[in-house]
Amino acid sequence: MSVVIPHIYEPRQDTGLTNAKLGIWLFLASEVMLFGGLFSAYVILRINNPLWQTWASILSVPLATFNTFLLITSSITVVLGWASLILKKDFKRYRFYMILTLLCGIGFMVVKYFEYTAKFHHGLFPSSNPFMAVYFTLTGLHGLHVLGGMAVLAYYCWPGSYLWKTNPVWFTQRVECAGLFWHLVDLVWIFLFPTLYLM
Amino acid sequence: MTQDLEHVEEHIRACIVVFLSLLVLTGLTVWASYLEVPAPAAITIALCIAATKGTMVGLYFMHLISEKKLIYFALGMTVFFFLGLILLPVLGVHDIIRLLITKSY
Repeated sequence: MSVVIPHIYEPRQDTGLTNAKLGIWLFLASEVMLFGGLFSAYVILRINNPLWQTWASILSVPLATFNTFLLITSSITVVLGWASLILKKDFKRYRFYMILTLLCGIGFMVVKYFEYTAKFHHGLFPSSNPFMAVYFTLTGLHGLHVLGGMAVLAYYCWPGSYLWKTNPVWFTQRVECAGLFWHLVDLVWIFLFPTLYLM
Repeated sequence: MTQDLEHVEEHIRACIVVFLSLLVLTGLTVWASYLEVPAPAAITIALCIAATKGTMVGLYFMHLISEKKLIYFALGMTVFFFLGLILLPVLGVHDIIRLLITKSY
């Protein structure tokens, strides 16, 4: 006997939520635990380590500050893109804001590329000391999340945008869910930046 | 329907204010890192500013200010276990259990 589970995009009466909204929040909760474990490792490795500040001093605060501005800007452009669909029903405006978001993401990864290559040039690798291990693990995993988020946003800008013509409500919900993931990526960096670069 | 659109417009205006606040708070975080204060105070200041920024992103960009109870419940569980993730290893390093039992290290 086969059972077909229907795909719905109206909110369920029992939860008041769409399945997609609940699903993405549960996924984000799992991502918080993923990064939480790594932050916990950072705390353990840093406690009573007199060399930590010395190891951390090689990082560039101006570059990381610029990266923070990029990610914060990309968060507001995601919100404005979603608002273009909800308020103006203007797909071209939505695509404009998504392209801005993607450019911010590319800028972030370019800066990360220069940071990483500078470390390698100076002979600093994850195995060099505990700080570099934590730095590369945390920022590397975060960078992978930035790339994943960019892939999803780019998909909804181009190949996945067909749904806007056939079912704009469903498409807007998908964009909202992708935006939630992108905001989490920004949120993680908001904590990573002071933890690694400023403390 | 018009009320929903008005609510979204208000929300977008709030998000723009939050965006500008985040830029200011980022500058404040960097400025505060150059203050000559003891390490515990520096860490506390940095984490308080980061928590403020994170809360603003969560409440406004992620719409948590007007979400449903089930989401709050799921996030409440997440926060509980996240705090456990951070605190339990620290308790292990400082061996609170041994301290309580022997009253000394």
